[in-house]
Amino acid sequence: MSVAENTSQSAGATARIGSYLKAHLREYGLLFALIAIMAFFQIVTGGTLLRPINLTNLLLQNSYIVIMALGMLVVIVAGHIDLSVGSVMGFVGALAAVMIVNYEMSIIVTMLTCVVVGAIIGGAQGYWIAYWKIPSFIVTLAGMLVFRGLSLWLLEGQSVGPFPREFQVIATGFVPDILPGGEAFKGLFAVRNFNMLAFATGIVAAGWVVWSGLRQRAQNKAYGIEDEPRAFFVARIAIIALALIFILYKLATFRGLPNVLLTMGVLTIIYAFITERTVLGRRIYALGGNEKAAKLSGIKTERLTFLAFVNMGMLAAIAGLVFAARLNTATPKAGFALELDVIAAVFIGGASMSGGVGKIVGAVVGAFLMGVLNNGMSLMGIGIDYQQMIKGLVLLAAVIFDVYNKKKG
Amino acid sequence: MQDTLLEMRSITKTFPGVKALDDVSLKVQTGEIHAICGENGAGKSTLMKVLSGVYPAGSYDGEIHYDGALAQFRDISDSEARGIIIIHQELALVPLLSIAENLFLGNENAKGGVIDWRETNQRTETLLRKVGLRDAPTTLVEKLGVGKQQLVEIAKALAKDVRLLILDEPTSALSESDSQALLDLMLELKAQGMTQIIISHKLNEVRRIADTVTVIRDGHSVSSFAASEGITEDRIVRDMVGRSMENRYPPRTPRIGERIMRVSDWSVAHPEHADRQVIRNVGFDVRAGEVVGIAGLMGAGRTELAMSIFGQSWGQNITGTVEMHGKPVDVSNVGRAIKAGLAYVTEDRKSLGLILDDTITRNITLANLPEVARASVLNDHAETEVAEKYRKDLGIRTPGVFQKVVNLSGGNQQKVVLSKWLFVGPEVLILDEPTRGIDVGAKYEIYGLINDLAAAGKGVVMISSEMPELLGMCDRVYVMNEGAFVGEMPASEASQERIMSLIVNE
Repeated sequence: MSVAENTSQSAGATARIGSYLKAHLREYGLLFALIAIMAFFQIVTGGTLLRPINLTNLLLQNSYIVIMALGMLVVIVAGHIDLSVGSVMGFVGALAAVMIVNYEMSIIVTMLTCVVVGAIIGGAQGYWIAYWKIPSFIVTLAGMLVFRGLSLWLLEGQSVGPFPREFQVIATGFVPDILPGGEAFKGLFAVRNFNMLAFATGIVAAGWVVWSGLRQRAQNKAYGIEDEPRAFFVARIAIIALALIFILYKLATFRGLPNVLLTMGVLTIIYAFITERTVLGRRIYALGGNEKAAKLSGIKTERLTFLAFVNMGMLAAIAGLVFAARLNTATPKAGFALELDVIAAVFIGGASMSGGVGKIVGAVVGAFLMGVLNNGMSLMGIGIDYQQMIKGLVLLAAVIFDVYNKKKG
Repeated sequence: MQDTLLEMRSITKTFPGVKALDDVSLKVQTGEIHAICGENGAGKSTLMKVLSGVYPAGSYDGEIHYDGALAQFRDISDSEARGIIIIHQELALVPLLSIAENLFLGNENAKGGVIDWRETNQRTETLLRKVGLRDAPTTLVEKLGVGKQQLVEIAKALAKDVRLLILDEPTSALSESDSQALLDLMLELKAQGMTQIIISHKLNEVRRIADTVTVIRDGHSVSSFAASEGITEDRIVRDMVGRSMENRYPPRTPRIGERIMRVSDWSVAHPEHADRQVIRNVGFDVRAGEVVGIAGLMGAGRTELAMSIFGQSWGQNITGTVEMHGKPVDVSNVGRAIKAGLAYVTEDRKSLGLILDDTITRNITLANLPEVARASVLNDHAETEVAEKYRKDLGIRTPGVFQKVVNLSGGNQQKVVLSKWLFVGPEVLILDEPTRGIDVGAKYEIYGLINDLAAAGKGVVMISSEMPELLGMCDRVYVMNEGAFVGEMPASEASQERIMSLIVNE
């Protein structure tokens, strides 16, 4: 091979990497932003951010946002918005408190009732949006007021609590270590606690990330889809896998796997699977991408919209249970303005206001990005005033970045 | 009067990676109607954007001489101030404002920011009369039909002291009679000394009104000739596509079989006004291997008929029956219509047919996802294979099936829509204006595909506003007017005159 050919080939490769990076800037950007923000706070807080106890807290604090972001992503991809989730979450928490604390009903019955009530609330709003074509902004704005009022009424303006221990564990409990070998690692890593299950989960999750990444890459190659440059692929997969092992190792040295992390993880995997791999998911994206075209392709767009809101209500109810259990009390203020954090998380995660675009993983990362910002700034002792401003600017920057990228692309 | 108003010399405009215009020249005489013809993507719109300053001076090579001097427009308002006004294909009127408000938008008759409504309305009336409109100045634009809106656009240009009026595809959305009215108006403006440029695909219109024709192909100006040298459609087409197109329709030997579909007594009311009957007692049938045309003017109810049959997607109080192979079928929603063996390719490809931001693959499989899924879980491999198959079969020109549809040309987008419906495996396809907005070369390919469908034993219903297309493609033609069928004839006995007379005599 001549020298000239060689240079032109490498120039082609550079151009290819450049164009690939351009096309996928958003996904890498989000990952890098999260890493950069974590690194920044890790340094300025003198290592507090990634302490096992703080990491555990971080997960618990953001769990209900993440859970609702899953539903919100679906709603936003379908081309709608739900402003009522904070109120619905608060209402369901109140309902749970009244049922358990005031009427001493069983926890299982309460939880099931709450999830069903959440679904009904979602359906009640979705009905008007889907079948009467009333803008979701208005219907859920009304819902936001109605359910805020309903929780005030239900709680008679008082806080209701505390909950029995068995209910609290859904938010604050940890999965018991069922695997042997923890003792051995305690010595190996010179730590006081070591939860084998948490560590093993980290290893398995990292392994799964590597395996599915390789599989996807092989498939892309087979179909001739524009392929990620090898260096990027290796770096991306390595960072994600190592981060998973690192975080779960940290958790292992504290109290292990929080119940909430398990709930969150399982829900995230289920929703990522449904949205990306199933007929149902594809149809939701089609609905958001072009409702009329989807309808003329035989897709039952009304029913899908309705279901997106039923699902949102259900997830808001689950979040409400987690929130109430974590605070160990239900207050009329619970979930106030939380819908905005949830919506912000979804947009930071790359979803588009006009529908049809967005990913579950993006929404989850977006939620954690906001969470790390909150947590890091609190650790630094930055006042709530500055925190709000900074969060607002981050949201704006993320969306401007999207729009700018799209224009250039 | 034979002096030159505008001369564009050797205009070259490059975008990253593409030379959109290469040494294009254009010479427009004062007081003439100058037609610019070319396939989609030939560079006509780019040329007009250079002229109007959308691409400012300095961003292209070459010179523009306007009104005897070198012109260097910085932006649109700059060229508008000199009297160059473009009326785009997509009308730029605000639907919820009145005609008067639209006419003087950005150019209000105001003193110190306060609008003088008396003067505005008076001037509006004068301008409206000039373009032959009798509507009140306070009428909301959304209440006007497309034809009238087009005239309002021209009135708006007249309000600005226009010297060079440029019309980009002005009749593409107009009915036959509205188009005629518009062309008459253009001739009248010409008689008053106005210089006009028209960009058009409709060669019969060009032949009718143009004094000079310039043909652009692949970013080059290919030829320019005056009416005195003889403007013929053949010559324009030959220059546009770079080859002679004596036969614009691929040949086909019809092999017509059994009757597949039969619609009888089909009546539909307007979706908002239940008392307005839009379709009245329509009946027709389609046989295997047959291409059936539905002719008619815009607004005759053809699209409404098709959409009401396809899953009741339009209208209310729908009555009548649809039979497939002699048995009545349920078409009460799109899913059921598809199951019954129907497919409908919409008139409006971009807003009703495609998800523009999605890939070719995802668009093709959309109407039949269960076919590429097992237990509701999608199979990427199967999906890609399906898309690849149709890419090859229909000749969709694209670097890969993972390209977004928005990046494709009109003809290739239409092939994606056709692929989507072929993948559903219908027995009867209803094609609504299947070649609208598609250039001549791609049209020929679409015609070929329609012939292939018929040859494969499918029934094809073709709705088109272009009568030559119906006459060239169909075996049988129904004529529709004001919601009812007013005639049926085999293609061998059909002619444009006969169809028109059926419509007019109704």
